[in-house]
Amino acid sequence: MTNGAVGNGSRRASLPNGAGSAAVLAMGIGSLVMAAFAIIADHSSVFKRMMIFYTPTGPLSGVTTIAVVIWLVTWIALDVAWKRRDVDRKIVRVGLYLLAIGFILMFPPVGDLF
Amino acid sequence: MDITSRALWTLIHGIGFGVVYLMACSGAMVELYRRFIARSGSLASSDGPFLKVYLIVMGLLAWLAVLSGTYVVYPWYRATPPTGTVDLSGFPQRLLISQSTTIGWHSMGMEWKEHVAWIVPITISMAAVVVARYGTDLRNHPRLKSAVLTAILFSFASSAIAGFWGAMIDKAAPVEGGHTITVMGDATR
Repeated sequence: MTNGAVGNGSRRASLPNGAGSAAVLAMGIGSLVMAAFAIIADHSSVFKRMMIFYTPTGPLSGVTTIAVVIWLVTWIALDVAWKRRDVDRKIVRVGLYLLAIGFILMFPPVGDLF
Repeated sequence: MDITSRALWTLIHGIGFGVVYLMACSGAMVELYRRFIARSGSLASSDGPFLKVYLIVMGLLAWLAVLSGTYVVYPWYRATPPTGTVDLSGFPQRLLISQSTTIGWHSMGMEWKEHVAWIVPITISMAAVVVARYGTDLRNHPRLKSAVLTAILFSFASSAIAGFWGAMIDKAAPVEGGHTITVMGDATR
């Protein structure tokens, strides 16, 4: 949609926003998954044991590893799908909202509400 | 002048990676503002790769900080003492939760720090990749450039939270032990 060349001083985008939007949305999803898994591990002893990938670090090792894997897989998948096209601008906003929600959920008094 | 190997790793994690990252955040925010938001911003041709390299180095610092924290320092922090251990000084988590006056350092501080710190590499990696891919064309994507700035603000806040609690927890119950390293010869010996 906006793949035209950019002249000097032009305000027209030469690259589609898909790749950037994919990166922002994946970042939000990764942060939210990290917070959600931390809360679940805090409340479920079964899930907590499942998250122990490396015994000296405990469940933190599984929670962070799975969240990072989900973040990267989501990013790659969305990037492949969107990198050559423009997507809805709201996606960037959704990614930032998810990041903010994940950030707030990591605050222990908020996470303990669940 | 001696230091234990565990205390040295804690220094490398907290100051070598964490504090340097925290200081770098202000530079990244100023540079992004100068390039993409300030109306009077001007770019020299030599400015091109600077921000990309700067953000990639920040990303590297962030990953080193969380990986060294999670897999090197944290296992020493949460180590379980043998049954009957009275002196808990080598077991910081157990030392903190053994008293009502210090339990908050763990239940609030460490519980928050150990998870929020992971937002830092995720956000800065996104910022680095977007800036590297879009370059000066980021000027033409207002939402993306705002998202990059916002992500760096979140990474700054997250690293500040992690750094503050890390410093305070290590003050209340230092991670010590391992072999002793002599940093400088002691003339009094």
